[in-house]
Amino acid sequence: MNLQNYRANLIRFQSLIALFILCLGLSILSDKFLTVSNAWNVMRQISVNICISTGMTLIVLTAGIDLSVGSVLALCGAITAGLLRNGIEIPSGNLYIGFTLLGAVLAGVLTGSLLGAFNGWTITKFKVPPFVATLAMLTIARGLTMLWTQGFPISGLGDTFLYLGTGWLLGIPVPVWISGIIVLIAVLITNKTRLGRYIYAIGGNESASKLSGINVNKVKIIVYTIAGALAAVGGLLVTSRLDSAQPNAGTSYELDSIAAVVIGGTSLSGGRGSILGTVQGAVIIGVLNNGLVLLNVSPFWQQVVKGFVILLAVIIDKSNSKND
Amino acid sequence: MLVVDKITKRFPGVLALEDVSLTLEAGKITALIGENGAGKSTLMKVLSGIYQDYEGQIIFKGNVVRFSDPKDAQEQGIAIIHQELNLIPYLSITENIFLGREVITQYGTLDKRKMKIRTQELLDKLKLSVKPDALVASLKVGQQQVVEIAKALLTESDIIIMDEPTSAITENEVEVLFGIIDDLKKQGKAIVYVSHKLDELFRIADHYVVLRDGKSIESGEMKGITQDMLIQKMVGRSIQVMRKQACEAREDNLIAIKRLFLKHPVRPKEDLLKNVSLSVKKGEVLGIFGLMGAGRTELLETIFGLHPFSSKSEIHIENTRIIINSPSDAIKAGLALVPEDRKRDGLVLGMDVKTNICLTTLPDLEERGFLSNLKESLLSKKYIEELKIKTSSPQQQAKNLSGGNQQKIVLAKWLATKPKLLLLDEPTRGIDIHAKSEIYKLILNLADSGLGIIIVSSELPEILAVSDRILVMAEGAVTAEFSSEEATEDSILKAAIPKSVYENQL
Repeated sequence: MNLQNYRANLIRFQSLIALFILCLGLSILSDKFLTVSNAWNVMRQISVNICISTGMTLIVLTAGIDLSVGSVLALCGAITAGLLRNGIEIPSGNLYIGFTLLGAVLAGVLTGSLLGAFNGWTITKFKVPPFVATLAMLTIARGLTMLWTQGFPISGLGDTFLYLGTGWLLGIPVPVWISGIIVLIAVLITNKTRLGRYIYAIGGNESASKLSGINVNKVKIIVYTIAGALAAVGGLLVTSRLDSAQPNAGTSYELDSIAAVVIGGTSLSGGRGSILGTVQGAVIIGVLNNGLVLLNVSPFWQQVVKGFVILLAVIIDKSNSKND
Repeated sequence: MLVVDKITKRFPGVLALEDVSLTLEAGKITALIGENGAGKSTLMKVLSGIYQDYEGQIIFKGNVVRFSDPKDAQEQGIAIIHQELNLIPYLSITENIFLGREVITQYGTLDKRKMKIRTQELLDKLKLSVKPDALVASLKVGQQQVVEIAKALLTESDIIIMDEPTSAITENEVEVLFGIIDDLKKQGKAIVYVSHKLDELFRIADHYVVLRDGKSIESGEMKGITQDMLIQKMVGRSIQVMRKQACEAREDNLIAIKRLFLKHPVRPKEDLLKNVSLSVKKGEVLGIFGLMGAGRTELLETIFGLHPFSSKSEIHIENTRIIINSPSDAIKAGLALVPEDRKRDGLVLGMDVKTNICLTTLPDLEERGFLSNLKESLLSKKYIEELKIKTSSPQQQAKNLSGGNQQKIVLAKWLATKPKLLLLDEPTRGIDIHAKSEIYKLILNLADSGLGIIIVSSELPEILAVSDRILVMAEGAVTAEFSSEEATEDSILKAAIPKSVYENQL
């Protein structure tokens, strides 16, 4: 009995234990790792991935996937930056619309939501597999980013905007606040609301959910919309931190995000997993990245190591669920 | 040649086989018979190496054997022809037959010529006139069945198990098959033949073994036994339930359905439902009987809003016309559907009992926008007690419960919506006898409390036991209606057999 509890707890906290061991190892290997400034640095870096991965988790729980988050992030960042710096000029009508900071930020998030909703629409209305629908969006959004920016970074966005990505509030970096609040809301949604329950039910058994009167399509569209909006928030953070919207920002972010979700124990076939698991997954990836940089490991090797960590996490997870 | 000695096979919560014994002799055909859920399929899966964790032993050619997997069983000489087709549609006949046993040339490549010749031989023997290169997808179901048989004949097996081999093939093909079986018998093979078609068994079988509720009830020689005697042994019981007080002549219809049509999703010229009208009164149990493909399930699904609604159709509930375009519309109108396949459509197996029960009524279980754990617990507890759901706790995952208890969860989640009309599609399929009788009692109690119930079933005794009135469907249309007094198994079955087939038989 006690042994069983022990085992169950071991499984439950396995990512935390892995994280602890990882941190322990890194603090022995590098004297720069276990410092306050490095800790904030790591957290600031992972807050973008946490934003994206929170949305990704919701989608994966419904047994879907979103490959477009990286491109959507780039487009939304660019749109906010562009509106902030240049506004909209319509030469033929002699019309110029300037944007306040809030207006530009909202426009960015709105763009993300719309692209997410579009993903949800094609997936539910035309039964396009999520993999394909969001793969298409990956290309579409990247293309739109190039069109919007003409391939050049948009820089010089003003100090107020930079506060989003680089500022501090009550001794904690602003991006950490933002991602923390997003995680908190997502945890509430998944554990405490009808929407959250429906998300798990649809991933667990879509057909039974439909027969239970759940509007499966509506839930899916909502989830993809949320993920789009959160990718946009990630885009704001990235743009603000660099004081520049890069046309190729967010490339392959979807992979880091899926990795965080998977390392966090969420099943890619849906219905099983949690937001907090994903947060742990994102932290593990972040710490690993940071540690490998501190140890001067070549970036090429970093990728190899990261790949094996993902494999290892999934293998452990599989063997656990088999013993269930 | 093969002795099965006291095999017991357990699934979580269910005893599928209990001390089953049987003996197969070379050159003899043994008929394995029993109702749905009697344990025939499980027994065959044990024999063919699909299940390895059973109690008891199998003695094959004098040695105790325990096959590690189906391939092992096959290599040792036991071939099985499954009822469900296990063919890969976009491979050719040859590729399917040799799947996993490909012939290789000395260079390590596939010896296609040799395999093709061998396939042609098999097809000739089975009198199937198609090319070995034909894709399985291009064959008719009956032809696919023959390919399945060819696959089993490829290896020299001593024991051949045939699970409902004639369920999808035509008269002519049956004759060919019987010829082949005769040949195999002469070659000294032992054959296990599973079929519901008793007349077939009388034509070919030498011995019989009757399974009932997972036990071997009786075995003996076919000679000297009659069809009626066999049926008696298979059933061994008639369903006894407390008849509820006959539904009083309550005047008002609870639900009236008029002119229901449903087009075939792929072939628009075909109708799956043809002008079906029916009505149910409060407290009435309407039984619907039909053979496979009669449109029973489609009828319930259409009423529940799962299929596009024809403009000609009308549904009235308590004399008000309503439009049902989705399950949520149906639920709002007071309908509930317990689907045929509870694992696929009824439950979220990975979720716990509590969550499953609460899934249909979450809006009622909220407090200030958040789900109330207390309300959920109270609701699930109530139904776990009321329906006597056997579970270690409300937090137990649904997949760990037995079939009967799973079915009760599905019933619970629908009763929680306080429905006026309950649609039950095969409510006792695959659950054990005890749970069945509990569910019958529950159905009758619910009817007594004023619920209208439509129950669809392919088990005649079940329909006869619980219904006040019985509709019979064939080929998408209602062909007969009986009151519970005038209904007999014969008259119902006669009305259920599609006309085209029936007239051919005369």
